[in-house]
Amino acid sequence: MASGNVPALEIEGLHKAFSGHLGIGRHPAVVDVGMSIRPGEIFGLLGPNGAGKTTTIKMILGLLRPDAGAIRVFGLPCASREARARLGYLPENPYFYDHLTAREFLDFYARLQGIARSFRRDLVDQTLERVGLGGRGDAALRTFSKGMTQRLGLAQAIQHEPDLVILDEPMSGLDPLGRREVRDLILGLREAGKTVFFSSHILQDAEMICDRIAILKSGSLLSAGRLDELVSNQVRWFEVTIRGTLPAGVDAGRPAGREDEHLVRVPDIEALRALLDRVREGGGQVVSVWPRRDTLEDLFMQRIGAEKAAHRESSRA
Amino acid sequence: MLERHPSAAAAIVAIGLNTFREAIRDRVLYLLLVFALIIIGVSRLLSLLTVGDEEKIIKDVGLSAISLFGVLTAVFVGVSLVFKEIERRTVYTLLAQPVHRSHFVFGKFLGLFAVLLLNVGLMSAALFALLFFRGAAPWPLLPAVLLIAVELAIVTAFALLFSSLTNPVLSSVWTFAVYVAGHLSWSLLTLREKVPEGFARWVCDALYWVLPNLKRLDLKAQVVHGAEMPDAYVALAATYGLGYAAVIVALACWAFSRKEFL
Repeated sequence: MASGNVPALEIEGLHKAFSGHLGIGRHPAVVDVGMSIRPGEIFGLLGPNGAGKTTTIKMILGLLRPDAGAIRVFGLPCASREARARLGYLPENPYFYDHLTAREFLDFYARLQGIARSFRRDLVDQTLERVGLGGRGDAALRTFSKGMTQRLGLAQAIQHEPDLVILDEPMSGLDPLGRREVRDLILGLREAGKTVFFSSHILQDAEMICDRIAILKSGSLLSAGRLDELVSNQVRWFEVTIRGTLPAGVDAGRPAGREDEHLVRVPDIEALRALLDRVREGGGQVVSVWPRRDTLEDLFMQRIGAEKAAHRESSRA
Repeated sequence: MLERHPSAAAAIVAIGLNTFREAIRDRVLYLLLVFALIIIGVSRLLSLLTVGDEEKIIKDVGLSAISLFGVLTAVFVGVSLVFKEIERRTVYTLLAQPVHRSHFVFGKFLGLFAVLLLNVGLMSAALFALLFFRGAAPWPLLPAVLLIAVELAIVTAFALLFSSLTNPVLSSVWTFAVYVAGHLSWSLLTLREKVPEGFARWVCDALYWVLPNLKRLDLKAQVVHGAEMPDAYVALAATYGLGYAAVIVALACWAFSRKEFL
């Protein structure tokens, strides 16, 4: 069970470097990464392409050997079969056996998990329903679209009810509806007491569902913590959309595609009240007021930007 | 709570079954099998065009076709099986299951070997039927067919070993090289007598003992000419061949367990 004080996933001092062309030189891919994921939380590993997210995940799964460091899954060495029996995994851009049907594919993975034949048929049907592929069980995988393959990948990752689910870019290749369904599915896993560790570069999705996040850049951990600690919930400014006459002396832009509207940015609530009074007096109409808070994207850009600037400085020196 | 009892045996059987399914749904296999059956079928015609005992020619061509097309299947299907899993990254989700890497290699070996046995069985059935309807007893060919199957176990093991180490083209070349060298390894004994004592002789000895002695598994000429093959010889040769294949599969497991998936 996913309970107790043992972390669901614990990574300590992880290092990995790859050999360069013709085996010359070593290029660091992951540098001294450490984190601890608590049971029952949704943890997002964020970072731009090439940050080391997939390399970290591959080391958790034993597909790559770390040069240094330790990884434990519920206190067990990650390379052990006991550890892998407790996790489910969806790779980035998954591709599955095109000689199988969806039902044969899930049955194969259920067999690898040691699930008895008497349970397998019902389990496979329920899992297909759960990921929105009910009725496609007998379709050959070679006929599946990218989105359907992604759903099937999720199905194999969760059908054996693992305590820890590791998802590498689970929203990639999905349409907005599919992304929402995956988000709901991840939230459902948390409700069922499971731990979810996922990598993404889609910050909006991470912001909506993560309890905690870590940001990786060039293999190093830039930030880690609770979202509400890292991202301030305070309003930074207001964006006001006004239709009709704009009060004199107010700087405004135009919302895209709306010739009769003005977009005004005011720094605080006092300035907002004053602006709304002047619009009313001048006969204008307030269409919308949008309080702009810090987002994960702001944090992300700020940290990545700071790291880039530091890198430039050190290169100059 | 879902009850799960992952075990080595269940994983090996599941991977073997999946490999079997993949191979029998591969068009290359059917192409080779149909071609082999045609060759066996037309061996009757070849016997008419050649001087000699018709039955012997049918037996000779039939057994050679079974051996050759078995080897071609083992090489072409065998070398691509592991490589495809790595190239298409299906191995990522598979190895994320409670499966040891050696279970994966062993399951692949068993799955492909089962396909080859089916293949050899179908081709032999066609040859036996042809001989039976001509009034000739096909049963004396059985020891040769059995040792062809053993030879295919060795070729499959090498195909798996090389495909764990390199790409399909090089794997095919290396596997064929071992197959040819295995049939010619007896000549190393002749060669060692003709080279000066010392390092060259040591190399000949080492190669002779390391390479598979496939000539020992080739009973085609003997059974075609009606020679009685002692059961003890067939049993010993089969034990040698299967033991050799087991060592190569163990090496393939070791090579695969060291592999990193970038």
